[in-house]
Amino acid sequence: MDELISTVDWSRAQFALTAMYHWLFVPLTIGLSIIVAIMETIYYKTGDDKWKGITKFWMTLFGINFACGVATGIILEFEFGTNWSNYSWFVGDIFGAPLAIEGILAFFMESTFVAVMFFGWKKVSKGFHLASTWLTALGVCISAFWILVANAWMQNPVGMQFDPEQMRNVMDNFWEVAFNSFALNKFFHTVFSGWVLGAVFVVGVSSWLILRKSNLETAKKSLKVSAWFGLIGIILTMWTGDGSAVQVAKVQPMKLAAMEALYDGKVGQGLIAIGIPNPDKKPGDNQEAVYGEISIPYGLSILANHNPKSFVPGINDLIDGFSIDDNGDTISTVSYAQRIEMGKAAQEALKEYDEAKMANDTLAMQLATAKVMDNFKYFGYGYLQSPDEAVPPVALTFYAFRVMVFAGSYLLLLFIVIIILIYRKSPYLEHKWFTWIGILSIPVVYLCSQSGWIVAEVGRQPWVIQNLMPTTAAISDIPASSVQITFWIFAAIFTLLLAAEVSIMLRYISKAAKNNIETTD
Amino acid sequence: MNGSMINKIANFYIEGFRNMTIGRSLWVIIILKIVILFGVLKLFFFPNILKRDYNNDAERADAVRVSLMKHDNKSTNYNN
Repeated sequence: MDELISTVDWSRAQFALTAMYHWLFVPLTIGLSIIVAIMETIYYKTGDDKWKGITKFWMTLFGINFACGVATGIILEFEFGTNWSNYSWFVGDIFGAPLAIEGILAFFMESTFVAVMFFGWKKVSKGFHLASTWLTALGVCISAFWILVANAWMQNPVGMQFDPEQMRNVMDNFWEVAFNSFALNKFFHTVFSGWVLGAVFVVGVSSWLILRKSNLETAKKSLKVSAWFGLIGIILTMWTGDGSAVQVAKVQPMKLAAMEALYDGKVGQGLIAIGIPNPDKKPGDNQEAVYGEISIPYGLSILANHNPKSFVPGINDLIDGFSIDDNGDTISTVSYAQRIEMGKAAQEALKEYDEAKMANDTLAMQLATAKVMDNFKYFGYGYLQSPDEAVPPVALTFYAFRVMVFAGSYLLLLFIVIIILIYRKSPYLEHKWFTWIGILSIPVVYLCSQSGWIVAEVGRQPWVIQNLMPTTAAISDIPASSVQITFWIFAAIFTLLLAAEVSIMLRYISKAAKNNIETTD
Repeated sequence: MNGSMINKIANFYIEGFRNMTIGRSLWVIIILKIVILFGVLKLFFFPNILKRDYNNDAERADAVRVSLMKHDNKSTNYNN
C-alpha cells in the first residue's frame, strides 16, 4: 500500500512538474504568435519599414521560446505509457485520436509555416509571408485545441461506451468528444489566457527598453499593440472563465465546493473574497471552514448558476446527496455512499465477467456486462473506501483560485492604465517605477496562468477521469524509485532548458537594445 | 512535385539555416533535446509497459482488468 501511494505521489509530482514546465512555454507561443501576426499586418497595411523591424524583433523572441518549448509536451505522452498504463489502456483511442490529430495536422502546419516566417522575408511575397505568420498562429491554436479536447474528456467523459472485453472505453461519437462543451470552453479560456500572457511579456520587455531609454518608439508602439491585445484577451478570458464556472458547477460540483472551501451550501451563496481555510476541517464535523472570511453576497450563486437566489451545494451536501431546486424544494441527489456502492457493484460485476470469461460462459459474461453498464456511471467510486476520499485538496484549490482571480484582475487594471497613459501621452509611462511594474508583471502573469491549471487539475482530484477512474487506479505496477529517478532527470533538463531560454532571450534583448530595432533587417 | 520544386524548397531551408545567427544555438538546443528525449529517456526510462510485457491486445486487456480489480481497496485521502 505504501509503495503504491509512493508510486502514485511520485508519478503525480512528475506529471505536474513536466506539465507546469511545458506550460511555461506554450502560452507564450500562443500569445506571441498572434501579436507578431498583428504587427506584421500593420507593416503589410502601412508599408512602414519600422514595423518590419519591430515585427522581426518580437518574431525572434517568439522563435527562441518556440525552439526551447518544442517537444516538451511529448514527455507527458511518455509518462502515460510508463507511469499511467492502466489509464492509457482504459481511455482507449479517445485520448489517442485527438493527440494523433494534433501531432499530424497542427505540428506539420506549424513547422512548415514557421520556416517561411523565419527564412522567407526576402524569398516570398509580403502577402505570402504574412499569410504564413497567421497560419503559424492558427497552427498553434489548432494544436492547443486537440490537446484540450483530450484534457476536457478527462474532466467530462462523453461520446464513448465502456467495453469490458477490451477493458477500455470505445469512442462511439467523435463529434461529441471533439465538441464536448468542456473542450470548447476550455479551449477558448486557455487560448485567451495565452493572449494575456503574450501581451504581458511584450509589456514587460517594452518596459525594460523604456527603463534603459533604448528604442523608445519601438517600445511604445509595442506597448500600444500589446495593451489593447491584452485587454481584449483578459476580458475574453474572464468571460470564458465565467463559462467554466457554470460548467464546473454542473459536472464537477465538488471542484467548485473545494475552490470555495464550501462545506454547507445555501441559497444565495456568497463568494469568498478573502479567507483562510481551516486545515483541520473535515467533512461532517462542526469546525469552522474558513477563518476571517470576507464574502461577496450572492457571488457564488451568480458565478455557478447565473442566479443570485440559486442553491450551491457544499462538500457535505454533495456527500449526503442533498440539494435545493430553483423552487426552494429540497431534492435528493445520489449520495456518495450510494455512488461507492454502485461503483463496487460495477467492479464486482467485472470480476464476475472475468470468471465467466475463464469458464467460457457467454451468458454469464452478458449478464455481468449488463451489471457493469448499469453501474458504470460511478465506476470509479468503487475504489473509494469512504466519501471523504472524493474531496480534492481543499486548501491548494482554494488558494490557487484566488491567486488566479486576483492576478487576473490586476492584469485587467494594468492594461487599462497603460492604454490611458498611451492615449494621454503621459510621462508616467517612462517613470522608473512604472517600467518596473511592467517588468514585474511578467512573473505575475505566469503565476496567474499556472494557478489556473492548478485549479483545473488539482481541483478534479481524486479523478483522473471524472467519476470513472481515480488517480490511484490509473497507475502502472512499477517501483516508486524508477519514477523518482526520472523526476529528477526531468527537473534538471527542464531547469536547464528554462535557463537557456531566459539567457538567450536576455542576450538577444540586450543586444537589440544597443541598436535601432526598427531599422534592423 | 518535380525536381526543380524540390530543389527550390531544399535551397530555401539550406540558405535559411546558413544565414541564421541566433538560430544556430537554438538548433543545437532542439537537436540535443530530441536526442536526450528519444535516444535516452524514451529508450531506457520510458517503455510502454503494456506493449513491452504483453504480446497482444487481449493479453493487455486481461492485465488491465486484473490490475484494476487488484486496486479496488487502495485509495487516498487528500485532506488528512
